[in-house]
Amino acid sequence: MNNKEWPLWEVFIRAKQGLNHKHVGSLHAVDAQMAVENARDVYTRRMEGVSIWVVESKYIHANEPSEQEALFEPANDKIYRHPTFYVLPEELNHM
Amino acid sequence: MEINLEDVFQQKIDDEIKIEPRDWMPEKYRKTLLRQISQHAHSEIVGMLPEGNWITRAPNLRRKVALLAKVQDEAGHGLYLYSAAETLGMSRDEMLDELHSGKAKYSSIFNYPTITWADMGAIGWLVDGAAIMNQVPLCRTSYGPYARAMVRVCKEESFHQRQGYEIMLTLCTRGTPEQKAMAQDALNRWWWPSIMMFGPNDDNSPNSAQSMKWKIKRFSNDELRQKFIDITVPQAELLGLTIPDKDLKWNEARGHYDFGPINWEEFYQVVAGNGPCNKQRLKARVDAWNKGEWVREAAVAFAEKRARKESGNIEAA
Repeated sequence: MNNKEWPLWEVFIRAKQGLNHKHVGSLHAVDAQMAVENARDVYTRRMEGVSIWVVESKYIHANEPSEQEALFEPANDKIYRHPTFYVLPEELNHM
Repeated sequence: MEINLEDVFQQKIDDEIKIEPRDWMPEKYRKTLLRQISQHAHSEIVGMLPEGNWITRAPNLRRKVALLAKVQDEAGHGLYLYSAAETLGMSRDEMLDELHSGKAKYSSIFNYPTITWADMGAIGWLVDGAAIMNQVPLCRTSYGPYARAMVRVCKEESFHQRQGYEIMLTLCTRGTPEQKAMAQDALNRWWWPSIMMFGPNDDNSPNSAQSMKWKIKRFSNDELRQKFIDITVPQAELLGLTIPDKDLKWNEARGHYDFGPINWEEFYQVVAGNGPCNKQRLKARVDAWNKGEWVREAAVAFAEKRARKESGNIEAA
């Protein structure tokens, strides 16, 4: 076991009921239970959360930054997906 | 048309777009950040030692819980920063190796001894005050994980400075003459090292220009130092203490305090390892790491046992 680094975990905290869990950082722990316990000490010392998720970092999958354009640019010219694209009379007030 | 990655990178920086871990970055940007963030993390960790010295001797329970909470925060800050540094591709163990072997530096301020209770006040007020001055602009640094870690750190740091100032205030306004003298003595010893925390003068700080261009830094060492002095002088007056600098004087034309020459020889001596506590601090860290080895091993063994037990239960069911 000498010089064997504990695995890295990503920590997600729900700040209060009704909000989604949000990524706050990472930490090392031997297993999920210890990761939750450590997350409590490292990331919630001042009532920052009511719920903790941890996931071992190696299980996070992400797109390549180089795919940025291919993935996200097609949305740029689709302004008709936004409400302001539609011109309506002012009398209509709230729509 | 050929795209120059370095130009694209600089354009992002100029447009205030944060750099994230998997984005392309110049190797020197990565190295500069890795050095800065890991040193910052080491400083938080070593920074627990001078104050840890007084936890068992805090004068009352209120002071003791506050000091404990502050030292615990520093451990937390070290952990936020280590994980930010890890996103740049160096493992936690490699960083700790660099600290323990003496290859990596940490803030020189922690190589000074804490000889009286008033030092807890002076550290919170001056050392944390200087740290805040450095850290607030780092909340907008160009590297995303570092900036996010600094936002957390800064939120927590303000209590550190207030509790320190309160200690000084109590000694100076409600203490005996001896206690006030103790506060003055602490100020005398911590003032200059605190001023040096901002680093060498701008014309002796060769990497500063590049760091400013990459928006790792937002203000120069001398700008931050001046700002700290301007803010701190009235705070010392409120305490009725004298800052140990005979050249300190308000300069109406500049709109700033002028101050006396800094003893850079002392600064470089402490950086080089010859400060009053360098050896003691490093030894404390190395001992803690070595003596904790069985704990790390036991935690792994216990996790393996727990995993075996759980898979055994599944098979039985």
